[in-house]
Amino acid sequence: MDSLSCKVLVVGGGPGGYVAAIRAGQLGLDTVLVEADRLGGTCLNRGCIPSKALIHGASMYQEMLSHSERESLGISLPAAPVLNLGGMVEWKDAVVDKLNRGVAALLKKAGVKVVHGWARFSDGKNCEVECEQGSLHISAEHVVLANGSTVSPLPGIPLGGDVISSSEALNLQAVPDETVIIGAGYIGLELGIALRKMGAKVTFIEGLERILPLFDPEMTQPIENWLKRHEVEVICRARAERVETQGGKPELVYTDEHGKQGRIKADKVLMTVGRRPNTAGWGLENMCIDMQGAAVKVDSQCRTSMKNVWAIGDLVGEPMLAHKASAQAEMVAEIIAGKRREFDPKAIPAVCFTEPEIIGVGLSPAEAANQGIETVVGKFPFAAIGRALAMNSGTDGGFVRVTARADNHLVLGMHAVGTHVAELSNQFALALEMGACLEDIAGTIHVHPTLGEATMEAALAGLGKAIHG
Amino acid sequence: MGNYLIKMPDVGEGIAEVEIVEWSVQVGDTIVEDDLLCVVMTDKATVEIPSPVDGEVTWTGPEAGATMAVGADLVRLQVSGPGNIAAETRDGQTASAADQHPPTSHPNDPAPVPEPAPGVAEVPPPTPQRPAPPHDANPPPAVPRPEGEKPIASPAVRQRAREAGIDLRQVPGSGPARRISHADLDAFIANHTARRGMAAGPIADTSVSETKVIGLRRKIAAIMQDTMQRIPHYTYVEEVDVTELELLRARMNDQRRDDQQKLTMLPFFIRAMVKALRAFPQMGSCYDDENEILRQYGAAHIGIATQTPAGLLVPVIRHAETLDVWQAATEVKRLAEAARAGTIGRDELRGSNITITSLGPLGGIATTPVINSPEVAIVGINKVAKRPLWQNGGFVPRDIMHLSSSFDHRIIDGWEATQFIQCIRSLLECPAMLFVEAA
Repeated sequence: MDSLSCKVLVVGGGPGGYVAAIRAGQLGLDTVLVEADRLGGTCLNRGCIPSKALIHGASMYQEMLSHSERESLGISLPAAPVLNLGGMVEWKDAVVDKLNRGVAALLKKAGVKVVHGWARFSDGKNCEVECEQGSLHISAEHVVLANGSTVSPLPGIPLGGDVISSSEALNLQAVPDETVIIGAGYIGLELGIALRKMGAKVTFIEGLERILPLFDPEMTQPIENWLKRHEVEVICRARAERVETQGGKPELVYTDEHGKQGRIKADKVLMTVGRRPNTAGWGLENMCIDMQGAAVKVDSQCRTSMKNVWAIGDLVGEPMLAHKASAQAEMVAEIIAGKRREFDPKAIPAVCFTEPEIIGVGLSPAEAANQGIETVVGKFPFAAIGRALAMNSGTDGGFVRVTARADNHLVLGMHAVGTHVAELSNQFALALEMGACLEDIAGTIHVHPTLGEATMEAALAGLGKAIHG
Repeated sequence: MGNYLIKMPDVGEGIAEVEIVEWSVQVGDTIVEDDLLCVVMTDKATVEIPSPVDGEVTWTGPEAGATMAVGADLVRLQVSGPGNIAAETRDGQTASAADQHPPTSHPNDPAPVPEPAPGVAEVPPPTPQRPAPPHDANPPPAVPRPEGEKPIASPAVRQRAREAGIDLRQVPGSGPARRISHADLDAFIANHTARRGMAAGPIADTSVSETKVIGLRRKIAAIMQDTMQRIPHYTYVEEVDVTELELLRARMNDQRRDDQQKLTMLPFFIRAMVKALRAFPQMGSCYDDENEILRQYGAAHIGIATQTPAGLLVPVIRHAETLDVWQAATEVKRLAEAARAGTIGRDELRGSNITITSLGPLGGIATTPVINSPEVAIVGINKVAKRPLWQNGGFVPRDIMHLSSSFDHRIIDGWEATQFIQCIRSLLECPAMLFVEAA
């Protein structure tokens, strides 16, 4: 068996692992990255990027379809557009391939050795990788675990056939006529809305009392409105029990909030009830690593309970977001290189590419109140923002909301819902990280005409002096 | 609405000038009657100046550290009533003051006699407005953070702090919401070379901080300088065996009543000094060297050098010859507490004719005390320590104390000084003699 030893061994090639490996390589550390699948992880191959591509495609199709049905903005199409989902998936794959090659090139440039295969640890510093060429033994001084997460199944409803996860949903060749989606969290909503735009009939079964429970009801209202307008049924407080096959088609059996059983026939049942850390099948049990629930327990420097074994990203639990993983990855590589680093963000921004988009950074007014903080809240609707109206998106009920401490106006949270608001999230995060006060945001000249003006106006509203409010 | 002028009040007999130590108000403050305006210093006492009326501060007198005459303009207020001076003009000078100083372009014109403003007999020339503080790049003073509140700083500041091994919770922030800026961190690093946490090696501290010497410290500096320039000091150190005295003191403390102050060495020492002064009255005299007069007193007004937060003060035990040790102990405690609290009166800080200085348990082996001018003698008490003493063919442990004393060698000869100290020593070594009246 061949063997290899290195300073840093990174397991997993997602946005946690590949970033850790690139930074370690840049810092001159002898680094090996092991990945069994394609580089880029869930995010690039079956998550963030492909879903955004399909969401974009679905929106384009829906837009064209509406122009073919009715003239608007002076544009009409003489015939309905034709959707070839297989073709869209092909285009999506090309996007993924391009980024994929980009990651490989960056790793190469940073001098990282990439080993394709499945790593299995025998202890905290040694693993065997089954590669095409045979087994390879790797021992390392530092191990960075970036194994990621996997789709959570629901007991009683195994995946397979027409019961699919988000991975399969991103590779459908035809739009299913009817889709039932178990779980109205951000993954289910993003995909469900895209499918609806492509013409599918979509029904959600959600166990909790409303959609996107991580956001407060005020924020999710515009999305609920869209779902209602587009005849998407959301059955809340319901429990998916099992899937039966009726005439070659799946039929979901569920129990509603009154304990009554219901059945929904569908072409596809999409399971999006969440994700769980990938802790099985790679020898975690052979390492002495403390757990915290289903996740690997780490401190504020992403150290596990074993010396020089680090864990980052989805493996260490919520929030399971690519940007969190990348930030932790950079930090760990720099700590290994001898720098003083700590993971201490003021906030980790969260974004859902729903219709309309929704973003949140920091505390909501209710969360602040729970911490005993007295707040002032400034809100400003996109309906009063020129750019939103000029984009024909001023009527979706969107707005920006800024939550600040009442005594010194320190910004505690920034939220928005509306078309294209995802791009505002970085400004929001910057404001929180810099310790901005309402006066700082209100005193920053915002470009006219942009959606971002709503941010400044919301800050002004918090100060009781919105110009256009 | 009216304007009200507050002048520097007369703070004590014969005092013509005071030094502003600290302002308690600033322009724009709204104050009520009896609010503290400022603290001033005379000789060695500090005096608080309260406001006689309610109002809003429109002008304040000279900055802290400046001296000003009693009767000079101190503060101007805008008051709801009619006030006691005419309205202020826009440049901040009082109209009445301007009226009294006709334009210099007509120096030969007969000066018009102005109507005096009600309530102000004479108005001094207008004091120039305090210049606006220079605009500098330094941030406003950083505000300490309430306990438990998380520090607010940008990621770059947080990273710099981490690399320097600094816990940002310790760093005051000068920004809005107490945000910590790069400048705040620089200031903290400059002031705190003792690194915490992930500390690296010691770093060179090149910081220099300048403090204007004002108030009590300036007084002390001036007096010390003057005393050492004028008085040729003669310093004499003697060893005293206080074993017997310590036994007596311990027994007296054991048997003291609840209303009696616990005895330190000092009351016995005061008693010894009173008795020694009877034999050597010239030691308790004051020398007026400008007029070449030596004043010898019947009283023993003993100054007790006392360290206070503000600096050295010398409260005076009046007529120590009338006090027993218990009374002396009570008086020492009362004066020390008042001096440290800053509530001591001016009269309790003057009029001594000999001084005792004691460093207590800090004590040392010997000191070179500086005479409390115009006195001629000061006796310093050093620490009591167990030391081996050769007695009757063997070493025995004894409580030994050193007395370090200085004398004005113009008045006191070395021989006399020695005799005086020997007298005190014999009294302390045989403490019964302290209480024998015929001795």
